[in-house]
Amino acid sequence: MILSGDPPRSRVLSILLVVIIAALAVTPLLFPGAKAMNVATKICIFAALVASYDLLLGYTGTVSFAHTMFYGIGSYSIAIALYSMGPNWAAVAVGVAAGLPLAMLLALAIGLFSLRVEAIFFAMITLAVASAFLVLASQLSWLTGGEDGRSFQLPELLRPGTILIPKDWFGFAVNGRVLTYYLIFIACAAMILALLRVVNSPFGRVLQAIRDNRFRAEALGFRTVFHLTYANCLAALVAASAGMLNALWLRYAGPDTSLSFAIMLDILLMVVIGGMGTIYGAIVGAVIFILAQNYLQALMGAASNAAADAGLPLLPGLLHPDRWLLWLGLLFIASVYFFPTGVVGRLRNPSRKPA
Amino acid sequence: MTDLLTLAGVHTHVGRYHILHGVDFSVPEGQTTMLLGRNGAGKTSTLRTIMGLWQASAGQISLDGQRIEASATPDIARLGVGYVPESMAVFSDLTVKENLILAARDGPLDDARLEWIFGFFPALKRFWLSRAGALSGGQKQMLSIARAIVEPRKLLLIDEPTKGLAPAIVVALIECFAEIKRRGATILLVEQNFHAAQAIGDTVLVMDNGRIVHRGEMAALAGDVALQEKLLGLSLETHQ
Repeated sequence: MILSGDPPRSRVLSILLVVIIAALAVTPLLFPGAKAMNVATKICIFAALVASYDLLLGYTGTVSFAHTMFYGIGSYSIAIALYSMGPNWAAVAVGVAAGLPLAMLLALAIGLFSLRVEAIFFAMITLAVASAFLVLASQLSWLTGGEDGRSFQLPELLRPGTILIPKDWFGFAVNGRVLTYYLIFIACAAMILALLRVVNSPFGRVLQAIRDNRFRAEALGFRTVFHLTYANCLAALVAASAGMLNALWLRYAGPDTSLSFAIMLDILLMVVIGGMGTIYGAIVGAVIFILAQNYLQALMGAASNAAADAGLPLLPGLLHPDRWLLWLGLLFIASVYFFPTGVVGRLRNPSRKPA
Repeated sequence: MTDLLTLAGVHTHVGRYHILHGVDFSVPEGQTTMLLGRNGAGKTSTLRTIMGLWQASAGQISLDGQRIEASATPDIARLGVGYVPESMAVFSDLTVKENLILAARDGPLDDARLEWIFGFFPALKRFWLSRAGALSGGQKQMLSIARAIVEPRKLLLIDEPTKGLAPAIVVALIECFAEIKRRGATILLVEQNFHAAQAIGDTVLVMDNGRIVHRGEMAALAGDVALQEKLLGLSLETHQ
């Protein structure tokens, strides 16, 4: 019921998802350090963001480069509202009330004007609009803070200094930061479940038919432009919401953290690694990518030292922490080669051999 | 007998190519009209133009008295036109059930009609929850036809349904079309297999170079070997 009749359909995948969700649920209690909390939060937010992109890429076959723009709209709307109105809940409400409709209207405009054209032109148009938005965010410094972005304070309840449950009650402290984490965890889980419901609804079936063959779907009587635009708007709303949660966590919104094309590239990699057209792939992709991004360097440092201690030739140099991007790249190539349908696709159909 | 579909002076351009050169014909209600002709004569283009997948550059197309040449494909489909394109056009990633639910568009599947369809195509019942992409060629074609008839339609446009299929499946398809016609459907059917066409058709249209070059009774053409050879470059005897 909660999975909308679309269970993981693989024992290994089910176990993997249970482990991931359980680990994310207990992170603040077991690993209250800043790095672990930041990584867990980023996984939650990106899982929702990537799932929303999967709705577009995996379920409709639409390649959009404007997804970070919607993510940025969410981030900036919260940041600007809290910066200018002060740290109170009314400002959060104004940020949400301004950001979500803005993201939806822009998605509607992009969809209605450009989803009629061929996929490659749609991709180009979204790239142009996203670039324009990035430049706009950098130039309108009176509003956005320009390249420096906007730092702001959170409402009192969400601040690290607010102790909700003292450590001596249960052995761990629950402060405003932990509350913010759980707020993000629950919101992201709800968004992913909602997306799962969407893709398994009659509407989701039409989207898959459009991905398969748009003309055939039209010949059955479906106005595909409206379906694609609706999917575009839904994806934009989730992306903007993820952006809002990210801004709340970072207490900051700037071009690098919410609008850059590096984020768009990360989203693309996560959706491909996890498995397109599965929604679950977003969770797996986000976990693999973000863990690699944050811990591969440290892991390589340890491996390099171990190799040096063992007196092995070449290996210490190859595993030097400075080479972590090289290994990250190799990891992606290997994952695309061995899991062409993504980790989730492979786990669901283990008989399919790599191409 | 009234005409359900009428084309008058229809021209179609695809890019810089002029494909249809003033196509004129009518499809009488409740009959099966065969559209024959050699490869490249414009048969598929005619169906695509009727369906709005290619816009007619000139001429008029009327369905049940309503002009449709400027209508969008989804609107034409919603007027009650079912289209079975060539090349076993199923939605591969969806199951057989989902393909049919999709074709039913606004409502739930009618169980009695479904059983009627399973009567012709029992394989669809057997593979009800299988991915359509995993079906054999013949089963895909059955699903493609089932999708068009899962709800009653005013007009069925069917493009080369027997292409590349085993003889036993062709026989099942011919039986299916006969039954659909008995239920009162109007069919415009493109067919290369003259033997199948003769078994199904009431009236016949022959195309060449983007024009209709012959119209008449199917029985008359089937009985006139010289005319078959003149129009189609083959006779029923040599084709068997």
